[in-house]
Amino acid sequence: MLRAAVALLIVILLGMAFHADGAFYKVGTHRDALRQASVYGILACGMTLVIVTGGIDLAVGSIVGFTAVCFSMMTIWWSWPWWISVPSALAIGAACGAVSGALVVWPRLQPFIATLAMMVFARGMAKTVSGGVKVSTALPTGDGTFRYVQVPELFRTIDSRILFGNLSMVTVVFLAIAAAAGVLLARHIWGRDLYAIGGNEEAARLSGLAVRRSKLLAYVACGLCAAVAGICQAAQEQQGDPEAGGGYELTAIAIVVIGGTNLMGGRGHMGLTLLGTITIGYLEKILSINAVPEAGRLMLTGVILVAAVLTQRRRRF
Amino acid sequence: MRRISKRFGATQVLRQVDLDVFAGEVHLLAGENGAGKSTLMKILAGTLTADAGVVEGSADVAVIYQELSLIPTMTVADNLFLGRMPATWGFVSMSEMARRSRELIDVDPYAHVGTLPIGARQRVEIAKAVSRNARVIVMDEPTSALTALEAAELFALIGALKSRGCGIVYITHKMEETEQIADRVTVLRDGQVVASCAAAELKRAELIRLMVGREVSEQFPLRQPVLGEERVRFPEFSVRAGEIVGLAGLRGAGASELLMSLFAAPRKAIAQGVAMLTSDRKTTGLVLSMSVTANCLMAGRRPVWRRPERERAEARGLADLLRLRAASLEMEARELSGGNQQKVALAKWIRTRPSLLLLDEPTRGIDVGAKQEIYQLMNEWSRQGMAILLISSELPELLALSDKVVVMRGGKVSAVLSKEESTPERVMEAAC
Repeated sequence: MLRAAVALLIVILLGMAFHADGAFYKVGTHRDALRQASVYGILACGMTLVIVTGGIDLAVGSIVGFTAVCFSMMTIWWSWPWWISVPSALAIGAACGAVSGALVVWPRLQPFIATLAMMVFARGMAKTVSGGVKVSTALPTGDGTFRYVQVPELFRTIDSRILFGNLSMVTVVFLAIAAAAGVLLARHIWGRDLYAIGGNEEAARLSGLAVRRSKLLAYVACGLCAAVAGICQAAQEQQGDPEAGGGYELTAIAIVVIGGTNLMGGRGHMGLTLLGTITIGYLEKILSINAVPEAGRLMLTGVILVAAVLTQRRRRF
Repeated sequence: MRRISKRFGATQVLRQVDLDVFAGEVHLLAGENGAGKSTLMKILAGTLTADAGVVEGSADVAVIYQELSLIPTMTVADNLFLGRMPATWGFVSMSEMARRSRELIDVDPYAHVGTLPIGARQRVEIAKAVSRNARVIVMDEPTSALTALEAAELFALIGALKSRGCGIVYITHKMEETEQIADRVTVLRDGQVVASCAAAELKRAELIRLMVGREVSEQFPLRQPVLGEERVRFPEFSVRAGEIVGLAGLRGAGASELLMSLFAAPRKAIAQGVAMLTSDRKTTGLVLSMSVTANCLMAGRRPVWRRPERERAEARGLADLLRLRAASLEMEARELSGGNQQKVALAKWIRTRPSLLLLDEPTRGIDVGAKQEIYQLMNEWSRQGMAILLISSELPELLALSDKVVVMRGGKVSAVLSKEESTPERVMEAAC
């Protein structure tokens, strides 16, 4: 925990050093940093559950795209009410996670391979259902022109701010998911079993734990988080882009690793992922307020990733 | 090695240790778990550096670890010549490698190491050491996973190594091996040498006293079994409440499989009151990365939401019951010594209040003191009406503890011997 905080502290000091004429000290900067990191953070919460079991989920980015497309179609095209569209989108994400999980649990595919397959498949599904175009408020009329409709109220609500405009709804959703997942992982019997499975799956099985069920549920939870992220993404972009979420799985994994959760499984917790999310969020923001071009940003993120993991390495003898 | 000292954090692991190994001798290094034997050997081999002291000639040392350091997915020849394969311009000459492999060891050079029985793997490991001109070979509990037959082969090999002028440092917890092969003995206790002398000068009881630092009877506790109702029934024999039944047989004779068959579906078996202590606490018994508490409470009924206070209290109770020695119950299981790890694995099962306890090698790789405590516990539990089915590759232990010995051969039960009938000779006769 302490070491993960060190990485965050360094990033914040970096922000104070390169504050871009005081931009770093404005409330809006922090609100935006958190807002932009929140979608990644939501993914990272689900990813933490899977990584604790010793697995990995590469499909979350594609599930973001798939659910963003489905959610936009339901909301913009078909004008479904929120109490149908939101649960439906969540169910789609959970179902994708369930398929990945089932592939890991029954034919015992390696998580990397099972979720790689789901990553490609879900991206294909996103493109199939949307017909390859962005689902937006510009509806094609058939004769080559577009008819424009209002941005749905639901999108505006999700992308709104509370506390006098100081906190994004998406950030609230992220913090709520992090808290819920954190409590489940630390206190619920299922969370405890995930650690045991990640630490020594055979010993866990021989102790009578429901190894398959617990692992499957971890992937379902991860898919569910990806669906939440997809809904938020659609609301923020005000459209369902079938390419949305591309590469997000890698950012989510980076967040978990920067937090200090072990990719081999059995160790780590949600507080670390929270710190990792804020670290990545601030890093991105500091680089952007200082107008560092994207090429430089990517290279610096790589360097920070290695540095963070090296400072956290446990000493063994 | 001269005046070797080593400290890990706050613990002084070795203090001013001297150790000489001469050519052509088997030097037994004795001591309880945690006495510093493994650390000393790592310093001897150069994998650890001493804080103080000198090691002479460590370049010629090879260590045969308990967990063998061969690569299971590569062939015997690959393993033997790893890092120095005969090659021309970087292209490996397979035939040359196979020929030289056959000179060293009578095992198919193209066999994958992972497919070999454990005894053969160990011979490959030793051949590797010999082929690298090791003048001192350290063997850390080499027989702990071997059958009696394989162990005899190993002792013959050790004899051959001695006559070639190799010095051998031998670590074991099996007292009878001490008399069989040791020439000299050095006893470590709490990181200090408490005795170093010729093996013939040291009686077994004296050796144990030196290791433990107090009187420990090596005798097996006496018990008067009170038998209750039948707990499990096989065609050839049954196990009753309050009874300890021993399963004997060579490796691969089916004893482990018989035990496993009673525990094929763990969840169901546990619900029916069966518990199984597996033979390898590190790979199948414990989750080493979790706390002692978490390991103790892993099996059986658990509340849906964790309550740390209650968990701590329950783990504390189990730890006291099994006389577990741990600095803290929150420390990771991997940090415990072998004997204490075994107690944690036992604690986990005792908590489920089993009516039938399956024990696969419960005393493997643990020191005499801890063995005694486990014998006492087994006695206590059988007195309380638990039925125990026991596998042990240490025949004296198996015979002394069991009320009835079932001998297996080729996957079938070949003899069922009562307490009076079960002599080492009759068991071996039925097993081979």
